[in-house]
Amino acid sequence: MTIDASDGKSIKEAVRAAVARYGASKDELIPILNELNREIGFLPKEALDEVSAQLRVPASQLFSVASFYRMLSTKPRGKHVIQFCESAPCHVVGGREVWRALQNELHLFDGETSADGKWTLETTSCLGICGVGPVMMIDSDIYGNVEPTQVSSILAKYH
Amino acid sequence: MTYYRSHVLVCVDPECLGKGAHDIEDSLQDELVSQGLIDEVQVLETSRIGSCFNGPELMVYPEGVHYVGLTKDDIPYLVEEHFLKGRVAQKFIDKEVKAVDEELSAPTAKEVRVVLRNCGAIDPENIEDYIAQDGYQALGKVLTEFTPEQVIDHVLKSGLRGRGGAGFPAAKKWQLCRASLDTPKYVICNADEGDPGAFMNRRVLEGDPHSVIEGMMIAAYAIGSNQGYVYCRAEYPIAVRTLRIAIEQARAMGLLGKNILGSGFDFDLEVRIGAGAFVCGEETALMASIEGNRGEPRPRPPFPAVRGLFGKPSNINNVETYANVPQIILRGAEWFAGMGTEKSKGTKTFALAGDIKRPGLIEVPLGITLREVIFEIGGGIKDDKGFKAIQTGGPMGGCLTPEYLDTPIDYEELAKAGSIMGSGGLVVMDEETCMVDIARYFMDFIQEESCGKCTPCRVGTRRMLEILERICAGKGTPEDIPTLEMLSTQIRQDSLCGLGQGAPNPVVSVLKHFRPELEAHIYEKKCPAKVCKALIRYEIQPDACTGCTVCARNCPVGAISGERRQTHVIDPDICIRCGICKQVCNFNAVVIE
Repeated sequence: MTIDASDGKSIKEAVRAAVARYGASKDELIPILNELNREIGFLPKEALDEVSAQLRVPASQLFSVASFYRMLSTKPRGKHVIQFCESAPCHVVGGREVWRALQNELHLFDGETSADGKWTLETTSCLGICGVGPVMMIDSDIYGNVEPTQVSSILAKYH
Repeated sequence: MTYYRSHVLVCVDPECLGKGAHDIEDSLQDELVSQGLIDEVQVLETSRIGSCFNGPELMVYPEGVHYVGLTKDDIPYLVEEHFLKGRVAQKFIDKEVKAVDEELSAPTAKEVRVVLRNCGAIDPENIEDYIAQDGYQALGKVLTEFTPEQVIDHVLKSGLRGRGGAGFPAAKKWQLCRASLDTPKYVICNADEGDPGAFMNRRVLEGDPHSVIEGMMIAAYAIGSNQGYVYCRAEYPIAVRTLRIAIEQARAMGLLGKNILGSGFDFDLEVRIGAGAFVCGEETALMASIEGNRGEPRPRPPFPAVRGLFGKPSNINNVETYANVPQIILRGAEWFAGMGTEKSKGTKTFALAGDIKRPGLIEVPLGITLREVIFEIGGGIKDDKGFKAIQTGGPMGGCLTPEYLDTPIDYEELAKAGSIMGSGGLVVMDEETCMVDIARYFMDFIQEESCGKCTPCRVGTRRMLEILERICAGKGTPEDIPTLEMLSTQIRQDSLCGLGQGAPNPVVSVLKHFRPELEAHIYEKKCPAKVCKALIRYEIQPDACTGCTVCARNCPVGAISGERRQTHVIDPDICIRCGICKQVCNFNAVVIE
């Protein structure tokens, strides 16, 4: 996250930069949205409106794409995003207990962001590292073989 | 070019990264510098050397010595022994991997590596490594000696079937696409490996990306296409990076672009990344996503071979299918057809996960039995518990019971047993797994991943999930079973794409193989595997409890009471059944009733 979502001017600039990089074509839409989502943390209305103007694609269609994919978010997210793997291999090796521990620790349900804006708790589809399940990813750090009792000390690393 | 006497390949597969592979690499560099060996020993990153279950690991060439289970503190000793004194550091040796001569030996005798042969053996970020392993030779052969029809004929004879799951003969797809008159035509690689527990394609892309590119080029030549796309899921950032590097290097060498190898054949390739939608692994949804739309499937026909990407004829195969192609051209259709069973030829990669001693990636000839895979290659069930079920084919597959252990793995046999081959995820479950909970779990996954376009899948899976949730909560009724059966049949018959049509499979297999367990939940309000929260109770056994207070101090809701050195008691009304007390108890005094 490098751009402040409340700064309309830099959002517009980011959109123009992304469109310039990938090209103003409908089939570049997902790469463009992916990049904006990474930079801003989510896809605010201002960003979607600007993409709509640049690509000449109706905003309604953009919203339908942005809300379809799991990795694109139309709502603000926390400073740190926890993605917990909810896939079967993690589930059968004790993922459920870790998930419960996460929810207890943060007092959040799936998809929620904490009131102080520090944490977003989400489940993710398989990260493909099933050999060390249960697996979770905080921002871009991967944690494997997670035990419920380790959850609080892992979270304590993030400020 | 600098010459090194040794090359160290450090596995930076996410599994090894999670165990500190980068620390190992850093201290290896430092140690080599301080011993003055840095000009003699080259350190490279690679994906998957072994199965990564004992990472971090590294491989030293030319000796082919495989070190596993390393920690940062082991590195000075390792460098001194191996690189300074020239002795193999026996204590870090992976006993099960034999030394390498020409090819990387497979970890176990039952394995045959075709698709994975280069993974871990070459530097995936250096095209010369691939070329040294006969890379792009098949392409050269095809462009100079074969007509497109001969390529198709050759692959048809090999019996190669789509490795994405459905098992449609690859060359038949090519034939159909070649026969389409419209132009341009596209070649697409499906690298949207979304099945939970499946990570075979990730490893191939991270470890040997050029084999996929070469396979796609051969397919492109066969069908008459000049543009390809690889659609890779965003959850695999390392695979995307490796693939992009590979494409750039191939372009720089003139292996992608105009007039390839002077043959007049043009071909170029682009990588497209998903944004986290399981349904995009379905071919029509995948194409919609490349076009910049919601990844929703559409009815077929028209098939992609007739009207695919941007409305043009397109050929879609998955990573593993393409990676097989160069070897089929080089070693011959007969060689490939010599492996496997009557209708399922060649080898297949599988990702072993779940309650198994040696999880990881394997490649075996088709026709091998589930028993061989689980107990010989996988080493058996974790902690020597009993085997309960194996789930094949991902969330649209089924769970098979011990009586199916001797089923040979091939497309037809698995279908006969009530499951599917799928893309190759194998999830092993031990006796402590509740199958009703697993069915509920898979339905939750499907329900969430349903794109919502067609009603049977969108609403039907949600209804099934609600019923299963009710059963797990101890509120199941006798009508639930016939309702589940009816919904299964209707969703299967009426859904638009493979996701919906396969969605009821996990429930159908539980109804078929684990009916008594389901009935126990409904009629007796009991979970025989002691998993479903609402149907179990945590209790402290008075004779085992020492009154150490660990459980009471760790209980998140204060449900445990008792004085120091006296038996503690759990209040079932406050207890949220999180199981922490059972985990922290040093005396195994907490039991589930």
